[in-house]
Amino acid sequence: MRVVESINRALHDLMGADLRLVILGEDVLDPYGGAFKVTKGLSSAYKDRVWTTPISEGGIVGMAAGMAIKGRPVIVELMFGDFIALAADQIINHVAKFRWMYNDQVEVPVIIRAPMGGRRGYGPTHSQSLEKHFCGVPGLTVLATHEYADPGTLLHRAFASRSPHLIIENKVMYSRPVLGPDALPRPADADVVILTYGGCVEHAVAAAKKLAQEEEIATTVVAVEQLSPFPGDEVRSQVGNCTRVVAVEEGSPGWGFASECARALIGRVRHFSALTGPDHPIPSSRDWEDDLLPGVNAIQAACIELFQKG
Amino acid sequence: MTKERAIRKDETVLASSLAELQIVTSSAARNLTLAPTERGLLGFELPAAVRFYQQMMLIRLVEERLLDLFSQGLLFGTTHTSIGQEANAVGVINALDRDRDIVWSNHRCHGHFIAYSGEVEGLIAEIMGRVTGICGGRGGSQHLCFRNFHSNGIQGGIAPVAVGSALARKDEGAVAVVFLGDGTMGEGAVYESLNLASVFAAPVVFVIEDNEIAQTTPKHLTVSGSIVARAEPFGVRTFAYDGNDPIAIYELAQEAVGYVRAESRPCWLYLRTERIGPHSKGDDTRPAERLEQARARDPIPPMRRRVANADEIDAYCLNVVDRAVESAAAAALARG
Repeated sequence: MRVVESINRALHDLMGADLRLVILGEDVLDPYGGAFKVTKGLSSAYKDRVWTTPISEGGIVGMAAGMAIKGRPVIVELMFGDFIALAADQIINHVAKFRWMYNDQVEVPVIIRAPMGGRRGYGPTHSQSLEKHFCGVPGLTVLATHEYADPGTLLHRAFASRSPHLIIENKVMYSRPVLGPDALPRPADADVVILTYGGCVEHAVAAAKKLAQEEEIATTVVAVEQLSPFPGDEVRSQVGNCTRVVAVEEGSPGWGFASECARALIGRVRHFSALTGPDHPIPSSRDWEDDLLPGVNAIQAACIELFQKG
Repeated sequence: MTKERAIRKDETVLASSLAELQIVTSSAARNLTLAPTERGLLGFELPAAVRFYQQMMLIRLVEERLLDLFSQGLLFGTTHTSIGQEANAVGVINALDRDRDIVWSNHRCHGHFIAYSGEVEGLIAEIMGRVTGICGGRGGSQHLCFRNFHSNGIQGGIAPVAVGSALARKDEGAVAVVFLGDGTMGEGAVYESLNLASVFAAPVVFVIEDNEIAQTTPKHLTVSGSIVARAEPFGVRTFAYDGNDPIAIYELAQEAVGYVRAESRPCWLYLRTERIGPHSKGDDTRPAERLEQARARDPIPPMRRRVANADEIDAYCLNVVDRAVESAAAAALARG
């Protein structure tokens, strides 16, 4: 099964199980089924509960909050994760706040799915990884899908919590097969641990395999599924006694995943380095984009460098 | 979390199930979910004119007391009073079915809240940051939640939320009302909401309280074109009124709410009003003659002349406010 099918199947299951659930998004109706085909078949199966919306991200997310607070859970599909900036006020000041601010008198079961990431040549406003701007927002859980866990299970978990969730999906990943956690390299005594999430996981895994084969450097890849609140204890336990850690993310440098990993590991590791995307917009040029985003070679080199430090 | 932090009169009922319990379709059950104290406070047994006067007085006295407590240094933070706009709150809220209709209000929400709930004690305690406040001291003046009443302090942000809430309860014949002001006409969320409400046929009443000023900035500097004519191109029917008579507003609101409920369509209810008080505390920069104009449209004196036992009602309302302040002052401060 591919990632897109796993998410699509979970959406079908959730729609079948909860007759109050509504899916909102732009261009989600069949035969199109969403820009990345994740909602394919849903509007045919659940005509009354899959609504195609105006291009109105703030409005859609606000509407979802209002529906959810009055008993109708909503899953919102943002066509591109980049458009989440248009919904920032609704996410920060409405969806994520209502429950606490209203003294736990309400719940807001809203899930926002956002396809993020580059490597498709879409250029500056359609290739970003903006999730860090929504991490650290109290009341909002941010999850990131990857193919070494079941993306559908992640969606089920988010839905069961009946609390606001932002799920970061990766555009490139939709066509990848779901491999499961056993496919992640986890040597017994790792020389280096790579901490990463989302679309960078496959590159980290490829790098770890090359490191084992070409350099005999045993490398563990930890694919973090929950970005916020950051699971510090779990990350520390995954790192274990390894003293070298490389954090890898596709977003811009600073105030992000790597910073949070570093914070969780203060005083725990001897060597730490971070690989991120560029500190300028993502170019449209395909080769240039590939050079800028952390790929197999860059990850491999960063691990070797850390290993050589002792 | 301690028990008393979740302030509920009916505390055997889970918060999450309360919403379901409120689905009462019989009009005979109207207002019955409010506790007897609140029913008396809102004067449901009184003739309309007397009831509206009592509710307006209650709002006026609560807000005057809040400003007083601020000037004495007994209140923290901020508060936005609706002094002069009470007729809107009373006229619109009384046209609703409190058992199923939903209200979304803004930073200037005390009047709407009191007219909906009669929870004077809970409101004052909330603004005084007490555990007995309507939101346990978490929300304060502009973030209230009581049954189907909600407010938030972000301009225009509640508009799409109101649309969603109306759609969620449309099958039960519920209507959602969202209060906006002339200053909010600059927010894009308002226009996204008009479009969404029209496209999805949401039973929403957009109430525009035009007091001609946004904080300290007069309307002519920030609002282009016509506020009354704004909704028409979205296919949204408009009702408009220029005046401050709560009975006239009530009748127009009844017509608007009736249309929205029957047709399952949104409407735009424009109400021209006057803010007599400052934006928040002492920040009124309007010239004296403009303030004089505003005071001349105070809705309370004309209503007072229509009510035989006004002194008695005033004394009753004053006593309610006194007791609410005393009881809030005696309650523990909200913390952690």
